[in-house]
Amino acid sequence: MSTLDFSQILPAMPGLVEGMTLTLELLVGGVLGGIVLGTLLAIARLSDSRVLSGLARFYVNYFRSIPLLLVISWFYLVVPMLLSWITGSMTPVGAFTSCIVAFVMFEAAYFSEIVRAGIQSIPKGQINAAYALGMTYSQAMRYVILPLAFRKMTPLLLQQSIILFQDTSLVYAVGLMDFLNTARSKGDVVGLPHEFLLFAAAVYFVISFGASRAVKRLHSRWAV
Amino acid sequence: MSEMISIDKVSKWYGDFQVLTDCTTSVAKGEVVVVCGPSGSGKSTLIKCVNALEPFQQGTITVDGISVGDKATDLPKLRSRVGMVFQHFELFPHLTITENLTLAQVKVLGRSADEARAKGLHYLDRVGLKAHAAKFPGQLSGGQQQRVAIARALAMDPIAMLFDEPTSALDPEMINEVLDVMTELASEGMTMMCVTHEMGFARRVANRVIFMDKGQIVEDCDKEAFFGSPRSERAQQFLSKILQH
Repeated sequence: MSTLDFSQILPAMPGLVEGMTLTLELLVGGVLGGIVLGTLLAIARLSDSRVLSGLARFYVNYFRSIPLLLVISWFYLVVPMLLSWITGSMTPVGAFTSCIVAFVMFEAAYFSEIVRAGIQSIPKGQINAAYALGMTYSQAMRYVILPLAFRKMTPLLLQQSIILFQDTSLVYAVGLMDFLNTARSKGDVVGLPHEFLLFAAAVYFVISFGASRAVKRLHSRWAV
Repeated sequence: MSEMISIDKVSKWYGDFQVLTDCTTSVAKGEVVVVCGPSGSGKSTLIKCVNALEPFQQGTITVDGISVGDKATDLPKLRSRVGMVFQHFELFPHLTITENLTLAQVKVLGRSADEARAKGLHYLDRVGLKAHAAKFPGQLSGGQQQRVAIARALAMDPIAMLFDEPTSALDPEMINEVLDVMTELASEGMTMMCVTHEMGFARRVANRVIFMDKGQIVEDCDKEAFFGSPRSERAQQFLSKILQH
């Protein structure tokens, strides 16, 4: 095997940056949507209503029991169909939208477990204090319990987001040009697949490891 | 005197375990009633039943004529009219002192931000902590936090105040600053129900003393009668233990 040749990476930079942009868009969409849906699921899971709580539990257990790649492929086929039923038009939604929906729904299952633990960690006394001041359940949730819970949960939510950052690469299955897919295809085109994959690995490592270290530092500082 | 809080034959169970048995008493308007008794006697549970933080299975409790146990009662509204102070202060740690004082005024009572702020700061000044308005609860001492908690409850213009062992979690040197605020409040005619072991406070401030043991109200009498000659043996034992030092 000849020596490695990294000279072709710099010329490919614009395309790689575009790929990373897509990766980050998928990440941000998945994380924000996942946290919102996950919070609703957690509240449903903790509600007194057996039906709501049962449905939420089923949802969480279901999505935690199937591979993400399956969810992505499945939504790629199903979401356009559903949307065309709802809107009546046959305009395709595209791989990007279906992937965002897949990430939101999949990650919500994991986020909801984090949020649930966070809500349950809030001392009863705080909840009683909110009630004693005349707050309703939803006011206590919104102004006292969730703000406190999210402070405690932030490190775990960020850790889960780092996992999603790596998992976004699965969108290659539906042909989206995220960072990894772009790197691979550029490498193939110039005949230097090893170099481009090594470079991609280094980028994923630096970002994920750096973020993970930052989360740890944040965690220890907040714990004091 | 008209009755503000009336508790009639209240019983409560945790599963099979009965924590309250046939508790009957009342607090008149402007009256200060101290509830004491050994730990596990049900006194904290009873006071939490008054604003429905704890449900009870039998009997009735009315506050200002409104039945607490009635399913049709608007509990948040009823609670917003009754102030409560907790053993562990329970200020909201993510909010500043000012935000702690104004949150429920704005969200529950619908007051404007300015009005709530003015009212909150007025009561913060009254408990002597105006200089701490911008701080977070964690930056204050226990005694200061409890005084803020009292101000937070007062800012809601309550018709009565419930105190659930307000000084039990405090270092000895901080107990008096809280009791002083409570004493002043009593002298202004506030209706108060206080679960406390502070017998000095009971002697000075209370109109009546209730002694509880094993979920029952064993003594319910005027302060003079209670400290003079408590009738039950259990109350005598309790008093001799608590007044020894």
